[in-house]
Amino acid sequence: MLFELIGIPPQALFGQLLLGLINGAFYAMMSLGLAVIFGLLNVINFTHGAQYMMGAFAAWMLLEWAGVPYWGALILAPLIVGATGVVMEKLLLKRLYHLDHLYGLLLTFGLALMIEGFFRKQFGSSGLPYANPLPGGTRLDFMFLPNYRAWIVIASLVICFGTWYMIERTKLGSYLRAATERPDLVQAFGINVPRMITLTYGFGVGLAALAGVLAAPAYNVSPLMGSNLIIIVFAVVVIGGMGSILGAIITGFALGIIEGLTKVFYPEASNTVIFIVMAIVLMVKPAGLFGTPK
Amino acid sequence: MSTTAVTAATGPKSESAKNRELIAFAVMIGIGLVAPIAIYPVFLMKVLCFALFACAFNLLIGYVGLLSFGHAMFFGLAAYVSGYSVKAWGFSPELGILYGTACGAVLGLVTGLLAIRRQGIYFAMVTLALSQMVFFYCLQAKFTGGEDGIQAIPRRPLFGIINIQNDLTFYYVVLAIFAAGFLVIWRTVNSPFGQVLKAIRENEPRAISLGYRVDHYKLLAFVLSAALAGMAGATKALVFQLASLTDVAWQMSGEVVLMTLVGGMGTIFGPVIGAAVIITMQNYLAGFGEWVLVIQGFIFVVVVLAFRKGIVGEIQAWWERRATKA
Amino acid sequence: MRFKNLLATTAAVLAAGAANAQMSDGVIKIGVMNDQSGLYADVSGPGGTWAAKKAVEDYGAAAKGLKVEVVFADHQNKPDIGSNVARQWYDVDKVDVIVDVPTSSVALAINQITKEKNKVFLGSGPATADLTGPACTPNTVHWTYDTWALANGTGKAIVETGGKSWFFLTADYAFGHALERDTKAVVEANGGKVVGAVRTPFPGTDFSSFLLQAQASKAQIVGLANAGGDTINSIKQASEFGIVEGGQKLAGMLMFDTDIHALGLKTAQGLNFTTAWYWDANDNNRAFAKDFSAANGGKYPTMVHAGIYSSVIHYLKAVEALKSDADGAKVVAKMKEMPTDDKLFGKGTIREDGRHMHDMYLVEVKKPAESKKPWDYLTIKKTIPAAQAFRPLADGNCPLVKKS
Repeated sequence: MLFELIGIPPQALFGQLLLGLINGAFYAMMSLGLAVIFGLLNVINFTHGAQYMMGAFAAWMLLEWAGVPYWGALILAPLIVGATGVVMEKLLLKRLYHLDHLYGLLLTFGLALMIEGFFRKQFGSSGLPYANPLPGGTRLDFMFLPNYRAWIVIASLVICFGTWYMIERTKLGSYLRAATERPDLVQAFGINVPRMITLTYGFGVGLAALAGVLAAPAYNVSPLMGSNLIIIVFAVVVIGGMGSILGAIITGFALGIIEGLTKVFYPEASNTVIFIVMAIVLMVKPAGLFGTPK
Repeated sequence: MSTTAVTAATGPKSESAKNRELIAFAVMIGIGLVAPIAIYPVFLMKVLCFALFACAFNLLIGYVGLLSFGHAMFFGLAAYVSGYSVKAWGFSPELGILYGTACGAVLGLVTGLLAIRRQGIYFAMVTLALSQMVFFYCLQAKFTGGEDGIQAIPRRPLFGIINIQNDLTFYYVVLAIFAAGFLVIWRTVNSPFGQVLKAIRENEPRAISLGYRVDHYKLLAFVLSAALAGMAGATKALVFQLASLTDVAWQMSGEVVLMTLVGGMGTIFGPVIGAAVIITMQNYLAGFGEWVLVIQGFIFVVVVLAFRKGIVGEIQAWWERRATKA
Repeated sequence: MRFKNLLATTAAVLAAGAANAQMSDGVIKIGVMNDQSGLYADVSGPGGTWAAKKAVEDYGAAAKGLKVEVVFADHQNKPDIGSNVARQWYDVDKVDVIVDVPTSSVALAINQITKEKNKVFLGSGPATADLTGPACTPNTVHWTYDTWALANGTGKAIVETGGKSWFFLTADYAFGHALERDTKAVVEANGGKVVGAVRTPFPGTDFSSFLLQAQASKAQIVGLANAGGDTINSIKQASEFGIVEGGQKLAGMLMFDTDIHALGLKTAQGLNFTTAWYWDANDNNRAFAKDFSAANGGKYPTMVHAGIYSSVIHYLKAVEALKSDADGAKVVAKMKEMPTDDKLFGKGTIREDGRHMHDMYLVEVKKPAESKKPWDYLTIKKTIPAAQAFRPLADGNCPLVKKS
C-alpha cells in the first residue's frame, strides 16, 4: 500500500478524494433518510433504494411528460414520492409498529421487490437518459470538476445540515425526538403523534427521492439503480449508528472517501471495502460509531 | 431488542407431540418417495436442497431467535468447494459433500465467533457484512471461475458403485441426505440442548443467570446451522453440476428468509413447505417474466401483514384453536 | 399480451395439421431462453421470442407440413436458473433446440447440457468466444458475434486510424477480462500498445474515479471492456468529466443500438464500435425492423434479434432436409454442411467449430443533427469481410478441429 501511495502523484490523489466526497454526498443523503426513519419509527426501510429510484423516475417523467425542468423536479419529485410514502405508511407500515423490527424490514423488502419489478416491466432495464442541467465544468489544478458534481456536493451538504438542524435544534425536532422516547407522554400534551410519525416517514422517503433526482443527470435513470445502492447505504447507517442523524451524515461522507481511495489502490475491492469497515466497527463499537447502545 | 415476537411460542413438547411430528416426517418422506412418478426429479432435488437450506436457517431464527442475513455464504462456499474438489481433485460425490459440509462448519465457526456477540439487527448486519466478504472472495479467487462459476461438475458413482448419472437414482440419494439433515435438526430441537436454545430465545438474561454459558450454546447452534446449510449447498452443486455466484450472493440470503417466513418460522416443517412453495412459484411463474419480482414481493407483503406465522404456523394455530374450543 | 401470443402460437401449431412422423414427438419445439427483465432484456428479451416466431412464420413451416412450437423462458442472467430450465426443457418439455441465451456464463452452461442431451444450441446472444474455442461442442452454433470479432473489428480499425495507446476500463468478471485480453492482442498485433487497465467492480454505477485514472494515463484511447449499464454509465460520465474534450477517445467494445438509445445521440455521438447487423442497412432489414417495432412497443431490433431470426431459419432448413430433429449433433452437422442464406444475414457458412461466418460492420454513432428518423443512430463506415471478421480456425483451440 505505502509503496503504491508513493507511486501516485498527490494531484491524482486530490482528484480521487474529491470524487469520493461526491459519492459520499449520495451515501450521506440516503443514509440520512434511513436514519431519520429508523430513529423515529424504528423501521428499517428496505424500500429506500426503490424510493430513490422512484425519485429519479419522477424527475424523468416530469420532464418527458409534463415538461417540468430539472429545477422544478427537484421540488416536485420529492413531494410526489414522499406522498406515496405517506400512503404506504398509512396503509401498511402502521400495522407493524407493535411488532419486532424484523417485520418492518421484511415488509419493506417485499415492497421494494414489487416497485422494482413494476418499473422494470414499464421501462425496461437499460435505463433512460436525463440531460445534464449544468453542463460544463471548472478545470482545477488536479482535475476537471464538472459543474453538476460540484452542485451535488453543495446541495447535499445544505440538505444534510438543514435536516440535522431541524431535528436537533428546533422545537419541531424536539417533539419528534420526544415522541420516539415516550409517545404516550407526548400524545398527552396534545400532539398528534401518529400524524407526526406518518409525516416523518414521508419526509425520509422524500429525502431518498431528492437524492434520486440529484442522481438522475449523473447516472442513468434505471430501475436497477436503487437495489445496487441500498445494501451499501445500509452498511453506512449501521457504521454510523442506527438512528443517529449526525452519524449517518459523517459516515456517509467518510465512507465515500474511503471507497474513493480503494478505487485507486485496489479497485476490485471498492464494492466490498465498506463491508469490511462495517464488520470491524461492529466488533469494536457494537452500536456503531455515533450510536448509543440501548 | 427482543426477538420473541418473531416466532410462534413453542414450549417443551409432550411425547405425543413428538410422535405426531415423527408421523408427519414419515408422511413427508413417503410423499418424497413416490413424488418422482409425477414430478420431474431435478425439480424435486432443487426443492429438497433448498428445503434443507431453509431448515438449517430456521434452526437459528426459529429456535435461537437470530436472524442471519448472510446464510448464503455457507451455502455458496460449500457449493464451490465441493464442486471444485469433485471436479479438480477427483473426489467422489460423498467425499465432496462431506468436504463442503466441513467447510461450511469451519466458516460457521469463524464467522460465528464474531457474529454471536451481537443481537437483533446488528447480528443480521454483521452476518451480511461477513457474507459480502465471502462473496468478494469467491468473485476474486481463481478456483471459483468468476461469474462463469464451476461448470460441468461430474457425477461420479456414489461410494464407487452406485451410478448417479441417472436423475432418478440421484434423487433418492438427495432425499436420503435431506432426511438425514432434517432428523439432525429435529433431534437437536427436541434435545435438552434445544430446550436451552429456546430458553435463550425467550429470555437471554435469565438463561445467563441460570448459569448457562449462552455464547457456547449460540455458537454451537450457529456452527450446526452453517454446516447443514453447507451440506445443502454442496448437494445442490452436484445436482446442477454447477456452482455459481448466485449461490453466495446476498439475494440468496434474502430468498432463504422468504422461504422460512412463508412456511413458518420456528416450526419444524415450515421451511420445507416454504421452500417447496417458493421454488414451485419461481419455476412456474418464470413465463411471466418481469412479473415474478412483483409477485414475489407481493407474497412477502401479504405474509408479513396477514400470515405472520407462515403456512405451517397458521395451520398449527388454527388446529390449536379448534382443539381448545372442542 | 403474452397470453395472446401464446394462444396465437398454439393456434398456429394446431393449424399446421398433420404431424410429421419423423420428428421427435411430432413437433419441433424451439425454446427461446434469455433475459426477460434484467440488464439485457432490451438487447433480446421478449423481442427475441418475437423474432423466433417471426422466423417460423416466414419460413412457412406450417405450409411445409412442419409443426413448430416456440416457448420462452427467463434465465435472469444466472447460470443455475438457466441450466435448471434447460434440463427441464430437454427432459420434460421435449424442447429440441435452445436459441439466444445472452450472458456468457449461462451460455456456457447451456452449451454443456445441450451436448450431454444431444440437442441443439443456437447462440445468438452470448459474447464469449470460448463457445467456438475450448468449450466448442458438435451441438452448438455460435451465430451473431463474439468477443474476438468485436475486439478485432473495433481494435484494429482504431489502431489503424492512429489510436496507438490504450487504457482499459474492464468490468471485473470473465466476460470483461476476455474482451480486454482479445482487444489487447489485436492492439499489440497492429503496432499499438496498452499503457494500463483498471478492473471495475461489476455492476458499477460510478466510473468517475476510473475515468480519472484513464485520463492520468494519457492514453489516446479509453477502451470500455464492459457491457450494458456499465458501458452506458461510463460513456455518460466520460462526457461529463471532459474525457473526450481532453483529446482522448472512447471505444465501446460491446454496444447495441439500445445502448445508444439509452445514452442519447448527444452523449454517444462519434463512438465507433463493431456490430453484426444494423436495421437501416438495407430494405430487408428495414422491413424486419418495421414489423419488429410494430410488435414490440416501438423498440427497434438489435443484432441479437436478427441473429435469432436468421439462426432459426437455418435450423428449420436443416431439419427439413434431414426430415428429423431427433439427433442434435446430426442436425448441427447438416447445418454446417448447408450454406446459410436468409434475408437478414445474407449468404454465409458455418465453420466446423460452430462459428457462423458472416460480414461484420464497423459503425459510427451519428451526430444529433444527422439523425432523420427514430432510431436513426449509426453510419456504417466499413464492412469487415467474414474471412477476416472472426478468429482463425486454428487459433481457437476447439477440440473438434483437427490439428494439421
